Amino acid sequence: MTQSRLSRIGLAFAAPVLALFAAFVVTSLVLILAGDDWIGVWGQILSWPSNRSIVNILNAGTVYYLSAVAVAIGFRMNLFNIGVDGQYRIASFAAAWVAGEAWLPGYFNVVLAVLAGMFVGAMWAGIAGLLRVTRGVSEVISTIMLNAIATAVVAYLLRKVAVSEPGSNIISTKPVPESSRVPGIPMFGGEVYGFIVVAAIVGIGYWVLINRTRFGFDLRAAGSSESAAVSSGINVKKMILTTMLLSGAVAGLVGMPLLFGQDYAYGSTFQAGLGFTGIAVALLGRNHPAGIALGAILFAYLDEQSNPLQILLDVSPDIVKVTQGVIVLSVVIAYEVVRRYSVRLEQRQVAAALDAEVRPKEVAK
Amino acid sequence: MSVATDSLTKPTAGSGRKLTWPWMLLGLSAVLAVISLLRIVTGVDDLSSSGTIRATLIAAIPIGLAGLGGLWSERSGVVNIGLEGMMILGTFGAGYFGYFYGPWQGVFGAILLGAAGGLLHAVATVYFGVDHIVSGVAINIIALGAVQYLAALAFTGVPGGGQTQSPPVGQLPSITISWLSDPLGEIENQNWFFISDAAALLRAMVTNISVLTIISIGLFVLTWWLLWRTSFGLRVRSCGESPAAAESLGINVYRYKFIAVITSGGLAGLAGGYLALVAANAFRDGQTGGRGYIGLAAMIFGNWRPGGLFAGATLFGYTDTVRLRGGGESVHALLLLVAVFMILLAIWQWRQHGQRSALIAAVIGVVVAGIYFTTTEVPSELATMTPYVTTLLVLAVFSQNLRMPAADGKVYRKGSAG
Repeated sequence: MTQSRLSRIGLAFAAPVLALFAAFVVTSLVLILAGDDWIGVWGQILSWPSNRSIVNILNAGTVYYLSAVAVAIGFRMNLFNIGVDGQYRIASFAAAWVAGEAWLPGYFNVVLAVLAGMFVGAMWAGIAGLLRVTRGVSEVISTIMLNAIATAVVAYLLRKVAVSEPGSNIISTKPVPESSRVPGIPMFGGEVYGFIVVAAIVGIGYWVLINRTRFGFDLRAAGSSESAAVSSGINVKKMILTTMLLSGAVAGLVGMPLLFGQDYAYGSTFQAGLGFTGIAVALLGRNHPAGIALGAILFAYLDEQSNPLQILLDVSPDIVKVTQGVIVLSVVIAYEVVRRYSVRLEQRQVAAALDAEVRPKEVAK
Repeated sequence: MSVATDSLTKPTAGSGRKLTWPWMLLGLSAVLAVISLLRIVTGVDDLSSSGTIRATLIAAIPIGLAGLGGLWSERSGVVNIGLEGMMILGTFGAGYFGYFYGPWQGVFGAILLGAAGGLLHAVATVYFGVDHIVSGVAINIIALGAVQYLAALAFTGVPGGGQTQSPPVGQLPSITISWLSDPLGEIENQNWFFISDAAALLRAMVTNISVLTIISIGLFVLTWWLLWRTSFGLRVRSCGESPAAAESLGINVYRYKFIAVITSGGLAGLAGGYLALVAANAFRDGQTGGRGYIGLAAMIFGNWRPGGLFAGATLFGYTDTVRLRGGGESVHALLLLVAVFMILLAIWQWRQHGQRSALIAAVIGVVVAGIYFTTTEVPSELATMTPYVTTLLVLAVFSQNLRMPAADGKVYRKGSAG
């Protein structure tokens, strides 16, 4: 019995290790074929990060984590929310506008702005949910379209409300007042976003919701078999809509650490593309809150450590995008291979056990 | 726009009628008539000039080719959301081979790199049985990173090139039939109802048309013939409808899926190559601008059929062109069309006893009409979302009539038949 548990733990770790190894091999091959200094590249990426880099990794990881949780909520229900990208951008804009207007003093203003962001994110995702349940439009296509539409809408609204800094063509919303900025947590000689606490709460909330509530049970049931869910009395349409709204609300939080901890306004230079990183991180973390945290840190680590490559070795840091993509693809392949292997292993064990049971009886005859 | 959807996709969408030549010509004339009417009512002449039609074709071909790639893949049962990544690979292939070896080698390089992306997708989805969308997303990430890395490597320091773009590449030959082009231009300038618009359309077809455009249109016909008129095509499609049944009849399902997905990648790569070689004359980072996704939407819009896909790609190409050429004013003219279409749809839905959808359509129609009459132009930022809103609108209205291949997106394991 202990042996089978050991092998099960071994198998669970086999997949990520295989995937990391595959990513290492593929990236090295690309570097070697291109004639770049591959040993130097790995030397830089695998070196221990400086304190400032650790702070940057934690900060970027916080943002990736929120984005990945938003995607993972959809995944658990078999919904592919590619629209996290558009949802967080339009939500960040809305929150920045509310925070900049400063209708409430101090932290009340933060709460109001965050709620506004979550609401807008949920509504934007809700469009896709509504189209899916009423018209049967695949959420994959509708969220891709909504991403592009969000870009246009935000660009338009930003121009309407923007204040432009003199001598610069960057436009942005009114800055968040000093009293409504969220202070960082001092760590490693720097400051980590205060919103890292919110990210942790979201992660715990996600775990409790999925594993410890009736809603979570229904969600997982509908995700694994829609027909079974229907026959056990779950209203699948309602579940789809609720899941999209939840996913969008969490997506609304993605930009908040940046807004209240770093940029203090939404402008044309606000970080884009976080939603797509979230998809990769959620896949890497197998939709599990702890796995996602590891995946987010790994992605942030690769991004941060590759930054100086251009200066140090004249190698484009874009090479880590290849590494990240290969990790995502090979991790899912590795899980599939390991799953098939363990199924075969189990079949063999069962067959052996049955064999041992049957044979003595035959002899007795 | 409205008539395009009515007359071109409806016959294929389960009503039993086939998309035959007379139907296509009738549909095309109806579309022309509507646009001509719109041009005269709104006074925006550029809506159907030969320049607009030419630009529409150039905008529509990459979307159409990407959609054609999606068609091959999905007809064999593999969802290909990695089209965008394969297109990105194609743009780089065209830029690299196009600059260092020549334009035709560029076309070849685009197809080759796209097909390599397709091969990766096929290995992951068919052989390893990974979720199709997951694999596609991963391919998009890998392709983007790989191309940015390789572009920096290949074009930095090359005269006229840089980290994010290749130097200008050679032009592919283009064809002009001047004895047809000039008289047609004169008819076009008369601004007659319908006749001038038809002349503009013909003129766009015989003036300065790239050889690659002609080849691309040929690929649509070839795809239709291969997939619907040969036993090879029947086998590919049977893998997408019921792989278990196909395997029980002795078809090597894996092999057909591999062929279809690699072809899909090659077509998406060619779509990227078209962008770099014909639409522009160099590779640039971010050149695809999400056209792979639009191609996928065009394919769904076209009900997984080449004819419908072509109509969808043309529609997206047209809305995008009108925005680029005429800006806010031309898009504003299209609003009138949308308003009329939504109100007609409301009436139709009401007669079909779909009260709720009729009401929604009527409200949208009235709102759009209100916007049309109270404003004079659409802000340029909002005009950029025209093709995307069109896609959403069309999918929301017609999604009930669409039928995708029965086993599309499902992982099939060899030997699970029986």
